Amino acid sequence: MAKIKVPAPPVPDQLKPKPKRPGKTYGPQTPVEHGAEAGASAVGWIDERTSLSGGARWMMFRKVPKGTNWFYTLGSATMFAFLAQAVTGVFLAMYYDPSPKGAYESIRHINDDVFLGEFVHGMHKWGSSVMVVLIFLHMGRTFFFGAYKYPRELNWVIGVVLLILTMTMSFTGYLLPFDQRSYWASIVGVNINGTGPLVGPYLNDFLRGGPYFGATTLSRFYSIHMLLVPGAIAALMGFHLYLVARLGTTAPPWLKPKTAEALREEEVSA
Amino acid sequence: MADRKEIKSKYTADRQIPGAFEGETVTRRAFMTTTGQVAGGVAAAAFLLPALGFAFGPVFEEYHQPWQVVGNTEDFGPDTYVPRTINLTEGIGDSGKSTVYVRKFNPRVDQVMKKQDEYNNYIAISTSCMHLGCPVHYVNAAQRFICPCHGGVYDFVGKVQGGPPVRPLDRFYTRVANGKVLIGPRFSVNSELQRFSPRDPGEPLDGVGQYLYPSTPDLRKIPGTGGSQ
Repeated sequence: MAKIKVPAPPVPDQLKPKPKRPGKTYGPQTPVEHGAEAGASAVGWIDERTSLSGGARWMMFRKVPKGTNWFYTLGSATMFAFLAQAVTGVFLAMYYDPSPKGAYESIRHINDDVFLGEFVHGMHKWGSSVMVVLIFLHMGRTFFFGAYKYPRELNWVIGVVLLILTMTMSFTGYLLPFDQRSYWASIVGVNINGTGPLVGPYLNDFLRGGPYFGATTLSRFYSIHMLLVPGAIAALMGFHLYLVARLGTTAPPWLKPKTAEALREEEVSA
Repeated sequence: MADRKEIKSKYTADRQIPGAFEGETVTRRAFMTTTGQVAGGVAAAAFLLPALGFAFGPVFEEYHQPWQVVGNTEDFGPDTYVPRTINLTEGIGDSGKSTVYVRKFNPRVDQVMKKQDEYNNYIAISTSCMHLGCPVHYVNAAQRFICPCHGGVYDFVGKVQGGPPVRPLDRFYTRVANGKVLIGPRFSVNSELQRFSPRDPGEPLDGVGQYLYPSTPDLRKIPGTGGSQ
């Protein structure tokens, strides 16, 4: 098939691509090429000023042991469950009213009136269970794979603190819908705290902000739920991940290290 | 090797530090480090301490329950309970309310206290279960208080008859004024029905219980009304 040559349309000189200057043949030349490079050059601009790429490379491109499998994704899964909780929680806060007279009504409004409200509230509500399940699976993986042993004990300790903080989130979040179930469950939960000898009674008064379930109890729980504990979780999660990158992951327990005999044979044959 | 063991003089002048003056023992570097750390500590304490005090303040602030009228004296007989609603917390609507069961003092079942006082002529029983605080209700046919959560059962005077509760049901001070029955602050009782400052559910008062679960400063019984602290 013969190519038909279409004559070039008359273009004003200033719009015609400029001929390459001698000696300048690298880098993007045309606006289209510049456009294609925009992402890379933006990243380059930031990296030139922050040197973050070194850290990102250190974090992302790590050596992992042979035998790494799907069980190793449970930690990331927990983190993404937390991120989902954080994002949906921030948006729920736009409609939520943490006052004893307005809380139930605002939740009803979110569920019944707000566009996608029931869905976002549902994600937050069920997502909390997902996070608790995942954190226990992650803990089980760490335990059964022996990944808590030297030098990773501190990471286990941080993980346990994260588990406790997640439980605190579940406890304080349960009150917020402020229906009969959450009210009585919180009464019972606070009183369980009170059964701790000596400190229990004071802990109760701190949680309620007084001797009875009062005007500020709900906003107290809300503040702990959305400001205090999430900040602590995010910070500890960052440190948890830093230690994972710093210490590396463990091989699964069914992969035995090579015996000295086998190593020697390998050396001899090499 | 020999200089490593050499003991340094505590005077900066002896250590050939430029600008040292006689008698000076703290280097400027050490002085600046300490100053910086102290300043940082003071700055952090300046916002942390008030904020913590703000958060923990209610624990140490005494709460005064106002006296509330629950009915006329003839509304309450000695043989059964009449439910009445009182406000435990003002201004938060229904969630600040609680039910109390009220009856007249009954010499057949109620032990007469050594020092019978004005607060005992009517008995007002709290509906907060002493296991974990669920709401109990009075079943007239059985003359028992029953908790729906974990099966706590109390007899007619509120003593534990079965289930997990650790002490008898709490009570409220009552008094009579102008033919009306008024309900005042709450108090807790041990298994001998001696008055104690209010405790939360789940905190036993018999034996060492009263010391393991101290009363908190925000809720006290009326001073000099029997029992222990």
